[in-house]
Amino acid sequence: MNKNMERLSNGLIKENPTFVLMLGMCPTLAVTTAAMNGLGMGLSTTLVLVFSNLLISAFRKVIPDGVRMPAFIVIVASLVTVVEFLMKAYTPDLAVQLGVYIPLIVVNCIILGRAESYASKNPVIPSIFDGIGMGLGFTFGLTCIGIIREILGAGQIFGVQVLSLEWFTPITIFVMAPGAFLVLAFLVAIMNIVREKMEAKGKPLAAPSGCLTGDCAHCGQSAMCTGKKAE
Amino acid sequence: MSDLYHVSSSPHVRSKDSSSRIMLYVIIALLPTACFGVYNFGIRALMLILITIATCVASEWIFEKIIHKKSTINDYSAVLTGLLLALNLPATLPWWEAVLGGVFAIVIVKMMFGGLGQNFMNPALGARCFLLIAFAADMTNFVIDEYTGATPLAAMRNGEAVNTFNMLIGKTAGTIGETSVIAIVIGAIFLILMGVIDLRIPGSYILTFVLFILIFGGHGFDWNYITAQLCGGGLMLGAFFMATDYVTSPITPNGKILFGICLGILTGLFRLFGANAEGVSFAIILSNLLVPMIEKITIPRAFGQVKEGK
Repeated sequence: MNKNMERLSNGLIKENPTFVLMLGMCPTLAVTTAAMNGLGMGLSTTLVLVFSNLLISAFRKVIPDGVRMPAFIVIVASLVTVVEFLMKAYTPDLAVQLGVYIPLIVVNCIILGRAESYASKNPVIPSIFDGIGMGLGFTFGLTCIGIIREILGAGQIFGVQVLSLEWFTPITIFVMAPGAFLVLAFLVAIMNIVREKMEAKGKPLAAPSGCLTGDCAHCGQSAMCTGKKAE
Repeated sequence: MSDLYHVSSSPHVRSKDSSSRIMLYVIIALLPTACFGVYNFGIRALMLILITIATCVASEWIFEKIIHKKSTINDYSAVLTGLLLALNLPATLPWWEAVLGGVFAIVIVKMMFGGLGQNFMNPALGARCFLLIAFAADMTNFVIDEYTGATPLAAMRNGEAVNTFNMLIGKTAGTIGETSVIAIVIGAIFLILMGVIDLRIPGSYILTFVLFILIFGGHGFDWNYITAQLCGGGLMLGAFFMATDYVTSPITPNGKILFGICLGILTGLFRLFGANAEGVSFAIILSNLLVPMIEKITIPRAFGQVKEGK
């Protein structure tokens, strides 16, 4: 069970997909105009991620290595279709808000990245927890960006007016594209300060865990791995 | 031991120019413009100028305190940024938005990229564009005292006639520093005489712009229209004071001309085909981004250097 908990914290903090791995930047920048959109996008991606990790991990010995990418895509695309129909049925407003970014979960780098670097090499249970951790990390990142952009750009949190428009002029740049880049950059900077502080205290966080194969060329984390072998 | 034996490495001849000296010249050159702005728009303009200068200097000092660096506020570059920013704002702007603009200019555009000399775009214009997108309504509210109409450029866009003579003196609506062409030209002549700027960038900028509106403006060779386009908006202020910023313009002679041509074409595109009546600030910050590439292709050939054969 310890390993599963480690997977959870790994996805949330150590290898947070938004602030550390920098994966899935397209929805991160595009849909986070409001906290609700960020949360919805994060949770739907989490759902797909958990089930795709489960299925890919379960089938990892059956899928031939040469066609693993098409096989992964088929699995992910089926799951995304299910999620899309569910959202259209039960949360139609959110589905309209997120628009094309729901079908685009199919090509989200986080999902394929986790399938390639973790689920296809590990047993089912840790893969599920890896999916939950990564998904929650993504949700956390998107919701943070969404909350900040919504407060500054509209004076609201989750659609509730917290800053009165009588004295607050919304800084509309924050609900537009440049605001997404500004907020993301500042959050990554803050995250890096926190990580540096923790490392200085003797809790090394940078070295990615889960290096099981030793095959750096096919590892999704090789870009930030400190113990990389010379090629 | 005689001084003749004193050995040192080059450079041996140093000019008296320093960053602070050049910044001071530019500030002096901007004084006529600033004074006219205060005369034209009243005490609010003066307040806004003082607020942005104070904000810029204070944020530079505080930022350098936080990251434990030597304070650089004595080189006057923050004062200049604050002054330029204020001249680019309408006098009606709420004071806290001007403060936000000053902090954005210094902290995000300048200090985060390494301070003076490292900023990739003009801090004052970066902040102006930030404010223009963030507070579109406040930044285009030019209604103050006797000026209730649209800016000359907006009026021309709607096909109304404008008074070119008033535009030349500056008795029109607009941002604090952009209205008076005469005051700007006085400052520009001072800078050219002092050798701070040369005519390559403003000259090629204005020429290209005139050519562009001659071809695409749809008015043919209409002297009134061309003069109004030249005197309206921030073109003069931008050409002489912002496009010539040492840090964000090319250093090669041919690069300066190419930079001016880019500016002219972009300004023409924004003014004639863009969504807003004005486009000088966007044209300048976009061209600022092209500067590294412009410098790369215009490196002058050193004496005796042979072109590499293929």
